[in-house]
Amino acid sequence: MKEITYREAINEALAEEMTRDENVILMGEDIGLYGGNFQVTKDLILKFGDNRVMDTPVSEAVTAGCAVGAAMSGLRPVIEATFSDFVTLMMDNLVNQAAKIHYLSAGEINVPMVLRLPVGCGTGAGAQHSQSLEAWMCHVPGLKVVFPSNPYEAKGLLKAAIRDDNPVIFCEHKLLYPTAGSVPEEDYTIPLSQANIVKKGTSLTMIAYGYSVQKCLVAAMQLKPKGIDIEVIDLRTLHPLDEDTILESVKKTGRVIIVHEAVKTGGVGAEISALIAEKAFSYLKAPILRIAGMDIPIPFNKTMEQACVPQILDIKKAAERMMRR
Amino acid sequence: MSLTNEKIIKMYTRMVTARLLEEMLNEMFNEGMLHGTTHLGIGQEASGVAPCMTLMEGDKITLTHRNHVGCVGIGMDVKKILAEMFGKETGVCGGYGGSMHMVDYEKGNMFASGVVGGGLGIAVGAALKMKYKGEANIVICFIGDGATNEGMFHEALNLASIWKLPIVFFVENNGYAVSMPTYRSMNLQNIEKRAESYGMRSIIVDGNNAIDIYNMTFSAVQSVREGFGPMFIESKTYRICGHSRSDTEQLYRNQKEMDYYLAKCPIKRLEEYMLKNNIAKSEMLKEINTQVMDELKQAVLYAQNSLEPSLENIGKYVYAK
Ligand SMILES: Cc1ncc(C[n+]2csc(CCOP(=O)(O)OP(=O)(O)O)c2C)c(N)n1
Ligand SMILES: [Mg+2]
Repeated sequence: MKEITYREAINEALAEEMTRDENVILMGEDIGLYGGNFQVTKDLILKFGDNRVMDTPVSEAVTAGCAVGAAMSGLRPVIEATFSDFVTLMMDNLVNQAAKIHYLSAGEINVPMVLRLPVGCGTGAGAQHSQSLEAWMCHVPGLKVVFPSNPYEAKGLLKAAIRDDNPVIFCEHKLLYPTAGSVPEEDYTIPLSQANIVKKGTSLTMIAYGYSVQKCLVAAMQLKPKGIDIEVIDLRTLHPLDEDTILESVKKTGRVIIVHEAVKTGGVGAEISALIAEKAFSYLKAPILRIAGMDIPIPFNKTMEQACVPQILDIKKAAERMMRR
Repeated sequence: MSLTNEKIIKMYTRMVTARLLEEMLNEMFNEGMLHGTTHLGIGQEASGVAPCMTLMEGDKITLTHRNHVGCVGIGMDVKKILAEMFGKETGVCGGYGGSMHMVDYEKGNMFASGVVGGGLGIAVGAALKMKYKGEANIVICFIGDGATNEGMFHEALNLASIWKLPIVFFVENNGYAVSMPTYRSMNLQNIEKRAESYGMRSIIVDGNNAIDIYNMTFSAVQSVREGFGPMFIESKTYRICGHSRSDTEQLYRNQKEMDYYLAKCPIKRLEEYMLKNNIAKSEMLKEINTQVMDELKQAVLYAQNSLEPSLENIGKYVYAK
């Protein structure tokens, strides 16, 4: 094992997959010499050259479209949006093209592409550079949506995403980029649509993804001395969901809190709570609770920015309240 | 309305204000006093300020992520700009917006979009309203060279052209979109060429020459105002600072290029023009600089002493009441 950051893990996954398969190419704004807006593709252009690491103009729509066409033709493009907020400009190519082509060709054509999206708030970048829009893509059959919670997850999931024959939206939380964790020296992948029980527990199930998993783990650790034994599930893939892992855990604990930074309305948490209500209702000892971002744009002011998304204290308080019921 | 001496002095004062404001912001960021990021327009003061000086009451502009110069150009209060940078209640956006979204509708600044090209459609819509209501007003839509590679740019130019809307697209071509030089992002010497394919009249100006920009924009604005349809201006300028706070290494350009443009400083050039044409004496220019500096220092104090927005109001403006 070695200790690397989330940013480095993604960079390594890209480099190793590019080495393994010459069909893997990268496209995006400032991903070459500049190393990417968040320095994730640093030095890859030096290793692989500018015919495999391609700077695009500020043209998100055609970058996404070009990835779809290249993928249909046998390449495995991995593209980057500098901020996940700009996925809006790529949406037609993702939703109406990429997600439909395998189905409409009755399985003849694959679209093996990955779109990397830096997601989330906490950097003071304001309302157009801080959103968590992952739920939008979950609403589209044909797209897969992945959101790793630490360096190990990021590397294994990105490799799996690149090898997958479907369009995969790969979300990366900006605040995780500098965080470090252990990663194996050797090649590995983490299967898509398989959730991970990060911490076993009996009192209550917390379901989260991305940065929120880290927050839940801290909350769980701090609640342990109080006799609250929390099970933390890292969803890893938001769509299609691993229903079994979720339902089994809920059946065991009977209490569920779903945590995400994206706004509450229409979020991934809504889908999971509906799933639980449909398939494990009789096991519940308390109403399902969602702790999610407020239904507002992300404000610039730092105090407001922190207040509008779940923090560790909010998660802890909610768990304690739920256990008192 | 020709360029009176009074107007030149006002233009100079605003350019100096923008420069000193941004130098101050840079320092405050370095000292950790400010949150988030920022995009400085140092070196682009002529391009940002001079077009605004051609406008009249009721005209509108839209700005970009690199908007501070335009904000000062349109006459926004530096106290409110600084308070916004500090995220305070007294900021132009009440602390909700931040550096990339300085908005002051009353002053004519409709919106500043941090999404590249986000202002294009909005500006076209504002121009539509002016035409629809038979108003004498016009819109200047400021964008960068990078934005002209967005699909929206091409749709916006075409629509404005076929509908003959009262709008001027003012492209501040500062040579780069982050690390991407224009010679790599388009196979064109001049972006102006793009306007031609939409049947739109266009001109190129030296983006570091405030007097030229004023004069040429003024005649463009006048013809647009008279109903002759939209115009396109490519202002060739240069970004002196890094793209944003995160652009530290700047491996994509060299010192020689930067020195060339440093020598073409738009403020220095306007000073030379003013001195040569007896519009101002050097004491007067010094005096202006001192006054602006004092005003900015006061503004920082005002921003620092202002209240944080109340958390109670965090959701207040999601919907109009
Ligand atoms: C739609 C979109 N894509 C990418 C970005 C990231 N980004 C911010 S500024 C910028 C460069 C824009 O270049 P230009 O239009 O020339 O303006 P300049 O920064 O030079 O003032 C980019 C790519 C963004 N904000 N919005
Ligand atoms: Mg530019």
